[in-house]
Amino acid sequence: MIPGPIETTLHPLPLVVVLVSLFAGLAIAVLGEHQQRLRTVLNLAAAVVKLALVLWIAILVVGGTVPEFRFALVPGFDLVLRADSVSVLFASLSAALWLVTTVYAIAYLHRSSNRARFFGYFSICVTATMGIAMAGNLLTFFVFYELLTLATWPLVVHTGTRAAVRAGRTYLTYTLGGSALFLLGLIWLYALAGPQDFIAGGSLALLDLGEPRALQAIFVLVAIGMGVKAAIVPLHAWLPRAMVAPAPVSALLHAVAVVKAGAFGLVRLVEDVFGASLTSDLGLAQALAIAASITIVYGSFVALLQGDLKKRLAYSTVSQVSYIALGIAVGGSLATVGGMVHLVHQGVMKITMFFCAGTFATLLGVTRIDQLDGLARRLPWSAGAFSVAALGMIGLPPLAGFVSKWYLGAGAVATGQTWVVGVLVASTLLNAAYFLPLIARMWLRPAPERWPGGTTPSRLVVFGLVAPALFTAFCTIAFGVLAGSSYSPLDWATEIVRGYVP
Amino acid sequence: MAPDALAVLVFAPLVAALAVIVAPPRATTALALAGIALTAPALWVVTAAVLGGAVVEVALAGAAPPLGIAWRADGFTLTMAWLTFVVVAFVSLHALASFPSTSDAGRRFWPLWLILVASVYALFLSADLFNLYVTLELVTLTAVAMIAIGGAPAAMRAAMRYLLLGLMASLFYLLATALLYGQTGTLDLYQVGERLGEGALATTALALMITGLLVKSAIVPLHVWLPAAHGKAPGPVSAVLSALVVKVTLYILIRLWFWAGSAFDEGPAALVLGLLGAAAIVYGSIAAIVQTRLKMLVAYSTVAQLGYVMLLFPLASTAAFRAVTFHVLAHGVAKAAMFLAAANLLAVLGSDRLQRLVGVDQRYPVNVLAFALAGVSIMGLPPSGGFVAKWMLLEAAWQAQGWGWVAVISAGSLLAAVYVFRVVALAYAQPRPATSVRRPGTTPRGRFGATSVAALGLAVLAIVLGIASAPVLTLIDLGLPPGMTP
Repeated sequence: MIPGPIETTLHPLPLVVVLVSLFAGLAIAVLGEHQQRLRTVLNLAAAVVKLALVLWIAILVVGGTVPEFRFALVPGFDLVLRADSVSVLFASLSAALWLVTTVYAIAYLHRSSNRARFFGYFSICVTATMGIAMAGNLLTFFVFYELLTLATWPLVVHTGTRAAVRAGRTYLTYTLGGSALFLLGLIWLYALAGPQDFIAGGSLALLDLGEPRALQAIFVLVAIGMGVKAAIVPLHAWLPRAMVAPAPVSALLHAVAVVKAGAFGLVRLVEDVFGASLTSDLGLAQALAIAASITIVYGSFVALLQGDLKKRLAYSTVSQVSYIALGIAVGGSLATVGGMVHLVHQGVMKITMFFCAGTFATLLGVTRIDQLDGLARRLPWSAGAFSVAALGMIGLPPLAGFVSKWYLGAGAVATGQTWVVGVLVASTLLNAAYFLPLIARMWLRPAPERWPGGTTPSRLVVFGLVAPALFTAFCTIAFGVLAGSSYSPLDWATEIVRGYVP
Repeated sequence: MAPDALAVLVFAPLVAALAVIVAPPRATTALALAGIALTAPALWVVTAAVLGGAVVEVALAGAAPPLGIAWRADGFTLTMAWLTFVVVAFVSLHALASFPSTSDAGRRFWPLWLILVASVYALFLSADLFNLYVTLELVTLTAVAMIAIGGAPAAMRAAMRYLLLGLMASLFYLLATALLYGQTGTLDLYQVGERLGEGALATTALALMITGLLVKSAIVPLHVWLPAAHGKAPGPVSAVLSALVVKVTLYILIRLWFWAGSAFDEGPAALVLGLLGAAAIVYGSIAAIVQTRLKMLVAYSTVAQLGYVMLLFPLASTAAFRAVTFHVLAHGVAKAAMFLAAANLLAVLGSDRLQRLVGVDQRYPVNVLAFALAGVSIMGLPPSGGFVAKWMLLEAAWQAQGWGWVAVISAGSLLAAVYVFRVVALAYAQPRPATSVRRPGTTPRGRFGATSVAALGLAVLAIVLGIASAPVLTLIDLGLPPGMTP
């Protein structure tokens, strides 16, 4: 990629890309429960169109254009949708994974009730994620961040069981509490500095406001808002409980939408609002690095104690997502690249594992780790995909997770923060300790006489369950092996960071 | 042309009301809709004139104040009038189905409804203390009659309590009007403000007037009549009571305070009003959380939401005025949607006990969606009119360094989230097999009739207000109180 001159142009594309899935969602809701075929077509068509639009935007951005759309939400405060290279990184991740998740969800829910509601909110959820990706300032980010909370809650409580409703309540308590603090931070920021668009290198850094105490407080308030969704300890408790949701929702929550939106928000906050140097001057980078490190080690440790497969994956997410925060908090070009690229790498790896966990539960009734014995004999493709993703998470070269960890470690050494390497090593050992036994059970142990339960759906449904995981597992390999080539996630992240760390 | 339009605004529904009484029942619908529809072009003409920079005034029967009666429309009047039109239009659509003109209840409903609409318009136009009194009495009396329209004992009791407290409040107001007239020799709202000096008598008069208005606006601790009255009234009536009728007295209070009372040192009184508002937000929300019936929950939510309006008095800035006016609009639209949705659910379930709502989304998704969308605005979450209002109000409180107000506003929206999501969670829950008569998927879905359309339409509008706030704020800026600049 050759960086050209960057030019912001008024363009409806960022708005269109957000609205596509909103209209799909509304149409699905209006069609109602029984229009199954039409709903499937609409779902897939919207996902494909969205992916095409994101590619179009990516081509524009590579050409040096930054398409932007803005209008006044409240006089003086603009809603800005702008596609810069960071937006494209997140938008392409979520557009691509939305398509595969849609395929998976259609197969997974082929017999469930309330599917119109589910897919309606599912689409609105992706609308919100696109809005977050394209947000050009913190107010816009907040608007879509809240929309995401509202759209994911019906998905979490989808089954309508007592446990689901309770998990939904926990989810709302954390997210709405966090967003109340976020809003206060936002009001304070705007009172102090006026409305500011995101600027690479930090809009606040350019203003030279003084008032370090106020800035620290604002950072903490907004970071709590982001940290709730990014599941930074001790704000993480909602995430394992939200595991009662259907598997496609967990996949979406963990890899594309909610958790990732929080992590992406931290990236925006540090790099585009405060700027890396101001964040570090205020002592906030250090604090964030410590919080992220604690989360990484704690999440991995608690994951080790879980006997339920989805719970173990959930705590693994708590741990892995904080790599992103750790990367930007450590700072310097290498670690920032590591954090940024992990945004994509964690997404493809974790979504693979959730797809597989859902498949195991649907086809064989396997939900606990001690039930995994010999599973590879029965479902070799799914078990293979799961194993690739797990090895990637551990950081085995040349898989995607290795690339992230390598850049994080190298960046920590380069900036003289060698203690971070200790955190990475500890986490890697713990990752291996909680994932390797699963792989060993699946491939080495004999299969049981009878599987715990499950259903035998049609071949098309099975294909819909297995193929998405194979695709994302393939991505896990490709993003690692091809990391050095043009337009790989690593290349894209490197290009972004060139704008942040000159 | 614009002054004539003011007359159309009031007389079109009034004439329609009289016509409905004398005409045969089958003409009722056409007459009523014509009376309401005619107010739209009238409003349009007045709005165009006000946007052109004019303040539209008319002296009734050609006599100017202090002898005659003046009607006056500025941006503030018009924002309230547009709210009235929108809410009335949608609620009328609902009433076409819920109060068919051929039924007994319908024959009683439509004349009262049209008189109520005419009096609300007349009240917003009045620039004269006595005229305000007359229109306020008309609004209260028609509202009482409409609460009791079904004849259920609980509704009758609620209506009676509302009537007695309302009459007491009116007496306070009338007494104060007499005192002010004695002092200043005028009833014109703006002339009273100019002529009134400080003194014990003036203070007493204003205190009486404010107390009377607070009773009618159901501000804690004078709210006792509201939950039963709004909770027991028929759906369309509850909607318009919460969206408009409690707002008209707040409108008078704001006019009085910022237009007529500017000569006074209002600091301590403003603080008291603000504290009452804060108490209303906290108390009303908690009371809503513990309710076991849907309509009572929505009614207590109104008690809480009215509290935000009172924060205008201590904050007293342009930003706060904009925020509160916008809040009145957003709440009016959202609350009307909520009451209509609640009434629709009550109608099909036969009871509005919250426990009966379990799994109702599978059968009546449109009404649950309407409730949820309106709830988004009530909670002040984006994107919605409620969010824009909350954003501006927080900003105003922050600028004034009123950290206590900031805390109350934030806490209020979290508490609102508790009661809104409680309802939606029940609606989304899976009914236990024992209680569900039919299997999900085979149950007939709720008819997508006029009642559902009215609820959903208002709810969507509450969301749209959050995206299209600019034109509304332009209008609000044309009605700022003296001394405030945009």
